[in-house]
Amino acid sequence: MSTVKTASRELTFGQAIKEALAEEMRRDPTVFVIGEDVAETGTPFKVLAGLVEEFGTDRVVDSPISEAGITGLGVGAAMTGMRPVVDIMFGDFVTLTMDQMVNQAAKIHYMSGGKWKVPMVLRTTMGATRRSAAQHSQSLHTWLSHIPGLKVVVPSTPYDAKGLLKTAIRDDNPVAFFEDKLMYSSIKGHVPEEEYTIPFGVADVKRTGTDITLVATSSMVHVALEAAELLAEIGLEAEVIDPRTTLPLDKSTLIHSAKKTSRAIVIDEGHEQYGVTAEIASVIADGAFYYLDAPVKRMGAMDVPVPFSPVLEDLTVPTPESVAETAKVLCGKK
Amino acid sequence: MSKAKERKENQQSIDVEHWLDAYEQMVKIREFEEKVNELYITAKMPGLSHLYSGQEAVAVGVCQALNRDDYITSTHRGHGHCLAKGAAVGRMFAELLGKVDGYCRGKGGSMHIADPDTGNLGANAIVGGSAGIATGAAFSAKHLGNGRVSVCFFGEGALGQGLFYEVMNMAQIWKLPVIYVCENNLYNEYTHYTETTAGSLVDRAKAFGIHTEVINGQDVVEVYETALRLVDRARKGEGPAFLLANTYRYYGHHVGDIRREYYRSKEEETDWQENRDPLSILEDWLLESGTTDPSVFARIRSDVNKEVEEGAQFALDAPYPDPSEVDQHVYC
Repeated sequence: MSTVKTASRELTFGQAIKEALAEEMRRDPTVFVIGEDVAETGTPFKVLAGLVEEFGTDRVVDSPISEAGITGLGVGAAMTGMRPVVDIMFGDFVTLTMDQMVNQAAKIHYMSGGKWKVPMVLRTTMGATRRSAAQHSQSLHTWLSHIPGLKVVVPSTPYDAKGLLKTAIRDDNPVAFFEDKLMYSSIKGHVPEEEYTIPFGVADVKRTGTDITLVATSSMVHVALEAAELLAEIGLEAEVIDPRTTLPLDKSTLIHSAKKTSRAIVIDEGHEQYGVTAEIASVIADGAFYYLDAPVKRMGAMDVPVPFSPVLEDLTVPTPESVAETAKVLCGKK
Repeated sequence: MSKAKERKENQQSIDVEHWLDAYEQMVKIREFEEKVNELYITAKMPGLSHLYSGQEAVAVGVCQALNRDDYITSTHRGHGHCLAKGAAVGRMFAELLGKVDGYCRGKGGSMHIADPDTGNLGANAIVGGSAGIATGAAFSAKHLGNGRVSVCFFGEGALGQGLFYEVMNMAQIWKLPVIYVCENNLYNEYTHYTETTAGSLVDRAKAFGIHTEVINGQDVVEVYETALRLVDRARKGEGPAFLLANTYRYYGHHVGDIRREYYRSKEEETDWQENRDPLSILEDWLLESGTTDPSVFARIRSDVNKEVEEGAQFALDAPYPDPSEVDQHVYC
C-alpha cells in the first residue's frame, strides 16, 4: 500500500468505522447518528455497539422503521446546524430514501444558488454472498454515483474506512458511505492511533505492478489482491488500484496506471449493466486509448437478482479465480 | 367570518397597525401573483407558475406568528409563503425570470425559492417533499436549544405521500417544535380532494396523537390567533401541531390551467371570490370595528402596486447569470 502506516495497531473494518464516528462525535457536538436499532443494539451488525453508552440516546437515536423519514429529517437537520449520520441498515433500503437523497439532498445547494448546505452522511451497506437473498444483498452505490451534488465512498480497508468516514462527516456536502457488511469482522488492518483523514477523489494504489491494472472497489479490492497473487505465480504483476470514492472519481490515477500496464479490468460488486465498471472503463478507454493493448474489461455482479441458494449466489460475484482468468486472457497467457 | 364578527365585542383591543400590516402583506401577494400571471401571458417569464391568489390569509397569518429566524418550508405554490416570511418582491421576480439577482441566482425558479436570511428552507417541487426537511429543522432546533420553530406548509394533496406519516410519527414521539400547516384548497392539481381522500384529512394527524386545529383559512385573524397559540406551545416544548386551513385557489393548478370547467364550476369560483375573499373579510372587519377608513385600504393598495411594478421592472432589467455559473454550486 502506498499509504504510510505509523502504528502497528490492528482494527477490524467495523471497529474502524465506530472509532471514526466516536472521534467525530467527541470533536463536534452537532454530529449525531440516527437509524433503526443503532442505540442499544448497535445495529444488527454490532458496528455501533457501545456508542450509545458514551453519547446517550439524544445523539445515538433509535428511529422508527422509516428510511425516507429519517433521511428527510437528516436533510433538514443538516441544513440547520447539525451533522447527521443517517444509518440505513441494508443498502437495498436506499431505494426508500431516493427522493430525499436525489431530489432534496443532492440539489438543495445548487437550487438555492449556493446558499443552503446539506452536511449529511448516509451510511449504508452493500455486498452479496451473505445468504440474504435479493432484497438484502445489493450494491447500489452506482445509483447515487449518477447524481451530481452527492459524493459516494466505497472503502475497502479499516484504515481507509476510518479516514474517509471522518472526511465524510466534516464535508459540507451530502455523502453516501457504502460499507461491505461482510468486511465488518472479516477484514482487519492497521489503523494508527493518531488522528488522520483521507481526502475524497484520491485513489490508492494497493499493489504495484506492470502487466495489468485491476481497478477495484470495496470488497472487490481484496478479490483483486488475491487475483494478483494468483497471477504472480505465473509471472504476471498486476497493479491494484482502489478509487476509494466513486464520486468524485480520481481519473488521473486510473489513466496513469492503464497507460503504464496497457491492460485493465474494472471490478465492482454493483450490477455490471450501466454500472460503476462501465463509467470507469469508459474513463480509462478514453484517457489511455493509444496505450491500450486490449479492450478494458468489466467485471460486476451478474445481471440477475441476487439468488438465495449458495450454489447460485456464488456464481453472481467476481472471485479471485475469475478475475485471474480474465487477466490471463487479456495478457495473452491463455 | 362569523368569528371575525364575534370579535367586534373586543374592538377596543384591536391592534390596527398589526392588521394593516397583515392587509398590506396579503395585498402584496395578490398583486405579485397578478403580475406573475401577466408576465406569463406576455411571454416574459420562462416556464410556469402556480399562483397562491385566494390563499393569502394562511401564509400571512402563520408567518406573522413566527420570528424571522424561525423556519418554513414551502411548496410549488410557494410565492405567498416566501413573501410572507419576508422575501423582497424584486428578488422574487428576478428568480422567476431566471435572473442572477434572484434569490437563487436564477437556478431555482418559481418552485425553489430559498432564503436563509428569512428562515426559508426552500420551496419544494416534490409534493410533500419538504416534510422531512421541516421536521429535521425542528429536530435541530430542539437539540441545539435555540428556541426556533419550524413550519411545514403543504397542500391537502401532499397527504397522499407516505413521507408525511413517517415524519409526523417522529415529530410526536420526540415532541419536536414543528407545525404542519395543511392548506386544503380543495384540489389535488385537477382532482377534487374528496375523490382521493379516505376518511378525513385531520384524522390523519390525530392518529399520531398530534394536537390538531381546523380553521377558516380565509380569515387572517383566525389564522394568526391560532398560529400564535400553536407556535407558543411548540416553543415551550409541548410538541408538534397540525393546522388544517380551509381555503381556495382562485386560479388553476398553474398559470396555463385556464379551462377548468371540467373539474370545477365557475359558480364555485365566483362564490369563493365574492363571499370568502381574505382581503374583503379583513377589510370588512376593520371597517366594522370603526378603526379604519376605506381610504387607508386604497392607499395601501396603491403603495403595494407601485412596489410590485418597480420590483417587476427591476427583475426585467436584471442580467441573466453568466454561463460560467452553470457548474457552480453543485458542491460547496
